[in-house]
Amino acid sequence: MALKVPRHDMPCQDPHVRAHNFEEVALGYTPETAVEEAGRCLQCKNPKCREGCPVNVLIPDFIHKVSESDFLGAAQVLKVKNSLPAVCGRVCPQENQCESKCILGIKGESVAIGRLERFVADYELQNGTPKFEKPESTGKRVAIIGAGPSGLACAGDLAKAGHKVTVFEALHVAGGVLMYGIPQFRLPKEVVQTEISNLKEMGVEILTNQVVGKVTSVHELMANGYDSVFIGTGAGLPYFMNIPGENLNGVYSANEFLTRTNLMKGYKFPEYSTPVKVGKRVAVLGAGNVAMDSARTALRLGAEEVYIVYRRSRAEMPARHEELEHAEEEGVKFQLLTNPVSIEGDEKGSVRALTCLRFELGEPDASGRRSPIPIKGSEFELPVDTVVVAIGQGPNPLVTKSTEGLELNKRGNIVANEETMETSIPGVFAGGDIVTGAATVILAMGAGKKAAAAMDNYLKQK
Amino acid sequence: MYRVMKRRQLAAAPSIILLEVEAPAVAKKVEPGQFVIVRMDEKSERIPLTVTDFNREKGTITIVIQDVGYSSAMINEMQEGSYFQDFVGPLGVPSEIENYGTVVCIGGGLGVAPVYPIARALKEAGNKVISVIGAKNADILILEEEMSAISDEVVVTTDDGSKGVKGFVTNGLDSILQKGIKVDAVWAIGPVVMMKSVANFTRPLGLKTIVSMNPIMVDGTGMCGACRISVGGETKFACVDGPEFDGHLVDFDLAMKRLAFYRDEEERAKIGKNCDCGKGGAQ
Ligand SMILES: Cc1cc2nc3c(=O)[nH]c(=O)nc-3n(C[C@H](O)[C@H](O)[C@H](O)COP(=O)(O)OP(=O)(O)OC[C@H]3O[C@@H](n4cnc5c(N)ncnc54)[C@H](O)[C@@H]3O)c2cc1C
Ligand SMILES: Cc1cc2nc3c(=O)[nH]c(=O)nc-3n(C[C@H](O)[C@H](O)[C@H](O)COP(=O)(O)OP(=O)(O)OC[C@H]3O[C@@H](n4cnc5c(N)ncnc54)[C@H](O)[C@@H]3O)c2cc1C
Ligand code: SF4
Ligand code: SF4
Ligand code: FES
Ligand SMILES: [Mg+2]
Repeated sequence: MALKVPRHDMPCQDPHVRAHNFEEVALGYTPETAVEEAGRCLQCKNPKCREGCPVNVLIPDFIHKVSESDFLGAAQVLKVKNSLPAVCGRVCPQENQCESKCILGIKGESVAIGRLERFVADYELQNGTPKFEKPESTGKRVAIIGAGPSGLACAGDLAKAGHKVTVFEALHVAGGVLMYGIPQFRLPKEVVQTEISNLKEMGVEILTNQVVGKVTSVHELMANGYDSVFIGTGAGLPYFMNIPGENLNGVYSANEFLTRTNLMKGYKFPEYSTPVKVGKRVAVLGAGNVAMDSARTALRLGAEEVYIVYRRSRAEMPARHEELEHAEEEGVKFQLLTNPVSIEGDEKGSVRALTCLRFELGEPDASGRRSPIPIKGSEFELPVDTVVVAIGQGPNPLVTKSTEGLELNKRGNIVANEETMETSIPGVFAGGDIVTGAATVILAMGAGKKAAAAMDNYLKQK
Repeated sequence: MYRVMKRRQLAAAPSIILLEVEAPAVAKKVEPGQFVIVRMDEKSERIPLTVTDFNREKGTITIVIQDVGYSSAMINEMQEGSYFQDFVGPLGVPSEIENYGTVVCIGGGLGVAPVYPIARALKEAGNKVISVIGAKNADILILEEEMSAISDEVVVTTDDGSKGVKGFVTNGLDSILQKGIKVDAVWAIGPVVMMKSVANFTRPLGLKTIVSMNPIMVDGTGMCGACRISVGGETKFACVDGPEFDGHLVDFDLAMKRLAFYRDEEERAKIGKNCDCGKGGAQ
């Protein structure tokens, strides 16, 4: 019976309308749709979907509650494993994770686990009254560096265990990439801030404007009475391509472009004082989520033509499927098998064009992958006035370089025990993008929770 | 929240204001050459400002700000007892203070404010400090008394000759060298054109010259890359690699172009904010 009911579509704003506003694209399920969608789940005894979720959310259990219209109950079940369901329901690459393993997906369409998760979390944010039973204080103090998903998840679990938690965040707001990177139209900032105020109600202290490595350091925190430290500083260092013309006016890192727009609310300039400037024709270099976010942001800021320029083919584009589709519906154009060689400027030092080289797919290599090879003489100029470089981010060295004895790998990421997230310094733990390199919200959150469990253990033994 | 403890107009012209701000954690750690980023309120930009002075006991940071556009004008209007919503620092790498011998510290226009703590530290490190402070005219010359108190000698220059030597700070530097004084290092802080001409002047002499770059910044922690400048052909992020660099290697022309990127928007910010039509009246 369940198989016959098709997966319920997510209602979305019309692409032509939404391409010009910053309101959320996906509108969310209604309670009726959610109950119907939940009814499709077979409640498998051996639920494969859970194996696909990096934090093993109790998927059939929460969906069962939804099917009974017990939405607040569903939220409780969700939160056993996931501290940020309203966020993960929106931004997890579900098609590669939980939904990829759903049994219904073999012959038909998987249960819309992410959409249900989002529905339940939103329902709770609007209708639930968060009640926390204040745990007995352990008298231990913990410092968390960075208020991204990893740090926040770690903070929440440690607070629940009765430890006094203080988060040190470099920016003027908490949330990490959820606030400065992922745009409003995909993840409303109000959702993130509600999650953060819940943490504060649990007694977590969040200190903004604290750049660790400058105003204080890991060793100083340990010396000043913190019994344990968690480092969750993310992958905030923007990579550039190192091609000629990259310092011309009109070339942004995706981080700058998105930070001006999201964190500083440049899309409301001049009401908000931070300007963000986008020309008529924009090239975005890269094809991950960051690139899609940049391209769609450029459209919303008024660009007429927006290109994704990517060296490989469509199949290799690392962005979430939904983002690719949404970008295309909104009018973003793809220049695939194309690599930028240089950026051309005018006499005033502003971008005028992007010189590119076309590629073709060669014979499969040892790994079976067909790697792109440049086509001789295929150079051409793409006339653009703005270029956004979205080819990846590395670890910011402010904390790592200022922490003596902290073991790093070749790329500058912190080396941490996979099970406990402990670093080479006893009592200092780390997780999220600063350990794995740029990854996903759910992995960062999972690492924060894992570390919290190990830190709790460590503190009990101390 | 970070309270303004003291406000002082620094020159005859009202455009340059000194604010002493309560920020104990920053005051505890800051060193000469570093800067802070401030935000007045929820809708404000993040504005980088060099630390002019600090008091570790009182827990205060002194900044000097010149009204050049919308945000700096707003900060200039702040009174004692008002608050900055955000005040983050210390940012950037501190100046390399050591005993070089004789150092000339040049401050042009507002640049006297950032060079002041450096000159003082150099003096304390045993250097002979000769300061050259310049301005367009006497009305906007700042911190002459303070500079005199910590320098062995001060040369004042004004473009129009209304005070001290008529001419630019380079003329001041030249006059020192003309006297046959052996100078071991130069610090030059001021408008980019000024730093460029000092660097051009000292390059053929092989005279070590440190400049402090002021590109457009957003986060100030190395996260956005807005502040990139070119030094010896290599791209650097001024907020974390600087703001001080070897003046002989900096591409000043690029820096000037990059500073002009938002000119149109800066005009719109002024107009847009001064009308009550809500969305900004410039379009
Ligand atoms: C534009 C964009 C879109 C993305 N889209 C998706 C998506 O759709 N789905 C998905 O799963 N993932 C997505 N990601 C990836 C995901 O956001 C990250 O993997 C995740 O946020 C990592 O979490 P984190 O806690 O490790 O670090 P971050 O979120 O980076 O947070 C780190 C925090 O530490 C702070 N910090 C850094 N240095 C210091 C210091 N010295 N002192 C104090 N604080 C410091 C930072 O300011 C920041 O707040 C996206 C990333 C970007 C940039
Ligand atoms: C490390 C550093 C230290 C500085 N120290 C001082 C100081 O001690 N005192 C002082 O008065 N000024 C200082 N500045 C410059 C000051 O930040 C700018 O004058 C101010 O941001 C201008 O803002 P506005 O809105 O008033 O002007 P706008 O009208 O917005 O801009 C006027 C000009 O200021 C520059 N500017 C604009 N926005 C920024 C920004 N976000 N960051 C840097 N420059 C910008 C541009 O060249 C622009 O053309 C410093 C800048 C840097 C990077
Ligand atoms: S957290 Fe992400 S992967 Fe796990 S169930 Fe939820 S949407 Fe799926
Ligand atoms: S695999 Fe699919 S059908 Fe089975 S429990 Fe999970 S969501 Fe339900
Ligand atoms: S201001 Fe963002 S990297 Fe320097
Ligand atoms: Mg401004």
